[in-house]
Order: sequence, then structure tokens, then C-alpha cells
Amino acid sequence: MALLSKKDTNLITDPLADNNPITIQVLGICSALAITAELKASLVMAISVMFVLGAGNVVISLMRNIIPSKIRIIVQLIVVATLVIIVDQVLKAYAYELSKTLAVFVGLIITNCIIMGRFEAFALANGPWRSFLDGIGNSLGYGVILVIVGFFRELLGSGTLFGYPVLGDPIMKTGLYATGYENNGFMIIPPAALIVVGIIIWVQRSRNPALVEEN
Amino acid sequence: MLEHVELFFKSIFIDNMVFAVFLGMCSYLAVSKKVATAVGLGAAVIFVLAVTVPMNWLLDKYLLQDGALVWLGPEYADYNLSFLSFILFIATIATMVQLVEIVVEKFSPSLYNSLGIFLPLIAVNCAILGGSLFMQAREIETLGLAFNYGVSSGIGWFLAILAIAAIREKIRYSNVPAPLRGLGITFIITGLMGIGFQSFGGMLTGGGDDAEEANEQVNQVLQPEVIAPSEEEIVVEENKEIDEKVISYNDVNK
Repeated sequence: MALLSKKDTNLITDPLADNNPITIQVLGICSALAITAELKASLVMAISVMFVLGAGNVVISLMRNIIPSKIRIIVQLIVVATLVIIVDQVLKAYAYELSKTLAVFVGLIITNCIIMGRFEAFALANGPWRSFLDGIGNSLGYGVILVIVGFFRELLGSGTLFGYPVLGDPIMKTGLYATGYENNGFMIIPPAALIVVGIIIWVQRSRNPALVEEN
Repeated sequence: MLEHVELFFKSIFIDNMVFAVFLGMCSYLAVSKKVATAVGLGAAVIFVLAVTVPMNWLLDKYLLQDGALVWLGPEYADYNLSFLSFILFIATIATMVQLVEIVVEKFSPSLYNSLGIFLPLIAVNCAILGGSLFMQAREIETLGLAFNYGVSSGIGWFLAILAIAAIREKIRYSNVPAPLRGLGITFIITGLMGIGFQSFGGMLTGGGDDAEEANEQVNQVLQPEVIAPSEEEIVVEENKEIDEKVISYNDVNK
């Protein structure tokens, strides 16, 4: 690939697995858990974070030499807040129902630790193009976990995907429900998200023992 | 007074910041390895929430809400600045955290040493911004209630981080499967604690599934009870006294 050198490609692929922001770096847990009861909300959240992190990383990286280090947190917060306001207004204009579902969690992208974490760790020390790739890579890693959690919670909890009934009709007893299958209401309640993420971490670390933590 | 008590217990147990809405999970997971540090961060969160939620309530009431600028004159009644909430709330929080840090450093160096390192962490703690945003979304009515909401949700967060820190100190001696060690088991324990906290859902509502609806029902049921014994004069006077207290409490805060 001429466009991306090998080093640049790693910026995108690393956060997808071995340096995943949620399961390894422990960043951005808050919103990852709260909105994953439906696949659609998870996907929209992932796209919003991708926009904010990609654009924010570029802006911070362009300004990195003129921001006084003492007030950098406030500067970073203002940049994020501006981008999040754009996301929020766009969602309200074009996807009003969904913005009601996401509610305050759109605003909470501001304090999503992934964003501040990547600003501090990467954008303040690297050029705009590499920062952009880092932003996209990390938000993809974040999005992958969100979509996996959303997929299992919606499939097992409501028997639907993107709102379409894929397992048959639970009231008419068609499809899988004819065999006596029931939706698992446990997957809908908030604590289930924590347990699903816990299991994802378990699977990931079993496959790659290098990631196992000391006690 | 009753709504204060209700909001207090509701924010601590039912709408617990960590277990019901997952706010402040990042620092909850990062700083819960020892009880002592967890207590420090928890105390700082209670304090900052108690300061920022009422401040943001004032901003929301007199600057951001639809028609909030009417106090400037009737021609400002059509303005709706609520799209600015995020940037104003986060600016308030960042400034307050900075201010608190300076004041604490100046007047109580010992407190600063135990609390100080956590204060910059707090500006980007979702629980703080979340407190203000939920305060706005739930349309909390008075400044007193906003203060109450800030303090009680802070206490809820404090209890959660204290509990998980204590559990993590103990679990070090357990034989956890290797891939689950550290982060994985903490997630699963938090999930189990969350399920436990779900049982508080029936505390104020009488066991209803939908808290909001059940609350309204409870209020409807309670009101006739309050009115029914009011035929006796003494009870009426007591009720009046309670009402007066409520009014005066709010007036003081305004």
C-alpha cells in the first residue's frame, strides 16, 4: 500500500485486538456499557465516537505546539465539547428517535476516557495524519466491542437484530420459539453488559496469554 | 421534605451512578485496587458533584433552558440556548476542579496531599458531567434538590468504589482463572453487584417494574392518605407546618 506505510497500518490494526481501548487500555467503559442493549444504538455510538476522535485528534495535533501545557486539559475539553455538540445537533435533526434512546450518553462522549486518553497519549506528540489514523484505529477498536456486546445483548435479550425479529415471533410461537426457546430478559438489564464484556475479556486473554495480568 | 428523602435514597441505591448507568467506570476500574485510594477519590467525587451540580443547575435555569433569558427582558423570551449545555457544563466543571485544587492546596496541604492527585482525574470523570446532564434531563425543580442530587449520587458512587476496592483486596488471595485476572473478574463482580443493586428498585416503588410509573402511583396512593386523616385539626396543623418548611427551605436556597 502506497498510502499507508507499515507503521501507519499498525496504528489502525493494533487497537482492534491486542491494544483494544476497552478490553486492554480500559478506556471509555462508561458509554460502552450503557447503550449496548440495542445493536442500532451501539453502531450509532461507535460512528459518533469515530467522528469526534478522528476530528479531535487532528485538531489537537495541529495545535499541539501552541497549547500551553498547563491549560491543555481545558483546551482539549473545549475541542471535544464543540465536536460533540455538532454530533448531538446532527442526531437530533436526522435521527430524533435514536437521539432520545442515547439521551445523555451523547453528551458523555465528552468525558469518554478514550478521547482524552488518545489526545494526551498520541495527538500531543504526533503529526495530524498519524493522529487521524490513531483516532480512527482506536474508535474502530471501541466500535468493534460495542457492536459485539450490542449484537449478543439484542439477539439473546429481545430476539431481534436492528429491530428485525430474526428468531421468529415470541407471541405467535413461530421460528425458534416453536421449540420452546424463550428470550433471556437478563440480557436487557444494565449489569448484563458488564458480564458480557467480562466474558469478551476472558475469551481474548485465553487466546493470547501474553495479555494476562498479574494478580 | 419527603421529596428530598426520596431523591436521596433513589440516587444512592436505585439510580446508582455505577451500577445503573455506568458513569465514572474508568476511574472506578483504575483506582479501585486499594481501599485507601478509593476512599480519597470517592470523597473528592462527592465534593465536586456537590459543588458543580447546583452551579450547573443555576446555569441551566437562568441561561440555557427554553425561554430562560426572560429575566433580561421580554424580547429575550424566544431564545433557547440549550445546545450550549455541553460546553458550558464542562467548562464549569473544569474551572471548579481547578479552583478547588488551588483552594485546597492553599488552606489544607494535608488534604491536598491525600486528595490532590485525584482532582485532575475528576475533571474528566464521566460521573461528574453525567451528574449535571442527568440533573438537566430529569428536570430537577429546585436548587435544594439539585444540591441533594449532587451529594447523594456522589455518595452512591463512593459506596460503589469502596465496595469494589474491598472485594478486590480480598480477591487477590483467590485462585481466579488466569485470563480473568484483573480486569475480567472486576467486570463480572461489578455485574453481579449491579444485579444485587437492582433489588433496591422495589424500595421506593413497592416492587413496580417501571420506577417512574410506579412512583406516580405511589404518590397517587399516598396523597389520599395524607388528606384522609386531615379531618383532625392537629394533623392539619402538622401538614401546614411541613408545607411551610418546604416553602421556606426553597426560599432560603433561592
